Amino acid sequence: MKTRYSFGGDEHIFVEVDEEMSLEAFFTSLSMTNAVKESRIKGVTEICPANASLQIKFDPDVIAPDDLLAELKRLEGAAAAAESTVNTRIIEIPVFYGDPWTHETLMRFRERHQDPSGTDLQYAARINGYASVEAFIAAHAGSPWFVTMVGFVAGLPFMYQMVERSKQIQVPKYLRPRTDTPKLTVGHGGCFGCIYSVRGAGGYQLFGITPMPIYDPNQEISYLRDFMIFFKPGDIVKFKPVDRDGYDAAVQAVETGRFDPLIRPTTFSLEAFHADPAGTNKKLLEVLRGA
Amino acid sequence: MALEILKSGLSTTVQDLGRPGYYHLGIPLSGGMDRYALAAANLLVGNDDGDAVLEAVFLGPEIRFTADATIAVAGAELPPKIDGVDQPTWTTLAIKAGQTLSFGFLKSGARAYIAVAGGIDVPLVLGSRSTYPLGALGGHEGRALKAGDTLQVGTAKRSVRAGSTVAADLRRAAGTSPVLRVLPGLYWNRITEAAGRNFFDDTWKVAPEADRIGYRFRGGRPLAFVPREQPFGAGSDPSNIVDSCYPYGSIQVPGGTEPIVLHRDAVSGGGYFMIGTVISADMDVIGQLQPHQTMRFEAVDMTAALAARRERAAQAARLKSSLA
Repeated sequence: MKTRYSFGGDEHIFVEVDEEMSLEAFFTSLSMTNAVKESRIKGVTEICPANASLQIKFDPDVIAPDDLLAELKRLEGAAAAAESTVNTRIIEIPVFYGDPWTHETLMRFRERHQDPSGTDLQYAARINGYASVEAFIAAHAGSPWFVTMVGFVAGLPFMYQMVERSKQIQVPKYLRPRTDTPKLTVGHGGCFGCIYSVRGAGGYQLFGITPMPIYDPNQEISYLRDFMIFFKPGDIVKFKPVDRDGYDAAVQAVETGRFDPLIRPTTFSLEAFHADPAGTNKKLLEVLRGA
Repeated sequence: MALEILKSGLSTTVQDLGRPGYYHLGIPLSGGMDRYALAAANLLVGNDDGDAVLEAVFLGPEIRFTADATIAVAGAELPPKIDGVDQPTWTTLAIKAGQTLSFGFLKSGARAYIAVAGGIDVPLVLGSRSTYPLGALGGHEGRALKAGDTLQVGTAKRSVRAGSTVAADLRRAAGTSPVLRVLPGLYWNRITEAAGRNFFDDTWKVAPEADRIGYRFRGGRPLAFVPREQPFGAGSDPSNIVDSCYPYGSIQVPGGTEPIVLHRDAVSGGGYFMIGTVISADMDVIGQLQPHQTMRFEAVDMTAALAARRERAAQAARLKSSLA
């Protein structure tokens, strides 16, 4: 990993922790984000952590760009040495894989896809070496995912699959981005999973849909009353496959204010995960099940 | 005092100076794309320079006023009319109860700012009245206005004499062959030296896909990439990166073909590389570009970017004192 700094015009500094994605790069960007926050540098107006980088917005009328750059470089050492254990939470997200709504969308934009003859699930299963769509879904829903960035649009989580790199699902983005994606679509691009928080354009492959809203600007949904956005970086997600009946029941529960997402507090240690990924994931799932 | 929207125009939204602080969660700044014109319209009616106004793009709305009001239109040359009678832009206008404000055809620029003394009174959401339609947030019901909508107006703060006007040298020219100044950086090193030169030598044309999220440009030569093995997690196209944040004004070039400059309703991050960022002083200019208009990008360094920023601030200060 080699940290790279670049100015984004006269109001942003971009800090790339690493060119490639890894949980180490994410943890370094997160501790650097925290270090910048805690240092309360005058003129810094917002800090945006991303998967393997971060972006700092500043007011050059308050701090000279080069002075801020020097401050950030000074903080880099402290951030790299920070402990890679976080207190976080694990959340179960129901997913209706291969649902009719994302199916309709992916068929509508077929000419923009690498393989117009099949579906996104069939394509992703094949290029990742799975014998069937069912086996692919089992892998997708089998391990937890780490939220390593929130953004693109309001409240959209980017998620990193918590398995060894050789087992991580990877797919290209659409050849040309779609102009439409259903709200709450579960998608995948590069090595990242995502949940589209709102309806709109997108380039990720479409796998399914969740009945659980993750963004509510009106703050009417029970678990979004305190804040309109559900996810934050560091959250851990476990997908749970549901069928049409399970999906419909959950949608109805959301509408009547009875949907209660399964959320448990937990601790995550990067060292422990690398020492034993399968064992760490098993423990996380026990926490989720309340065992 | 209320505004009754009779016709919506193409896309008319409530905007102020924006909603800072939530970009790290994917909620962009929003706010007027041409902040200078937004401030001018406000000052002409005795508002604070960041009060909420209407931003109309290409085609103006039609609005009936339920009470006497002081109004002004600044920015694009979108000629205002009161009950069908032509009125000047960049000028304080008096409108009577029951009269209708409408607009002629756009002459130059893209976005007109319609200020009403007292400001448009929609609820503050996360500290701003700006509309972010993609997130159905802020403004009037989180969306562009529709015929039949009614907007409330706040209480006027100061009275301004009708006929007050912004001096010609303080009106920003919208529509003269524009140049956007760019600080190269971010993933600039991904393209070849020749591609970098071509980007600034070529003349570009604003594409029809130009909105508050970003402006797309066409007509320049495609960018050639420095070959590399794609980093893990980035995706296979040479223009892909591990998804990162996108600065406001950053220039991404998906596939190396059509540059997109992100603006006030920017997507906060994604997986396309960026070659640099339009300097803050030139962001307002983008808001006044029309599709099919030709323009160029010009490389500048940080010293020039900061000098341009000071110049813009000085002009805004002159505007303010001239209308005080």
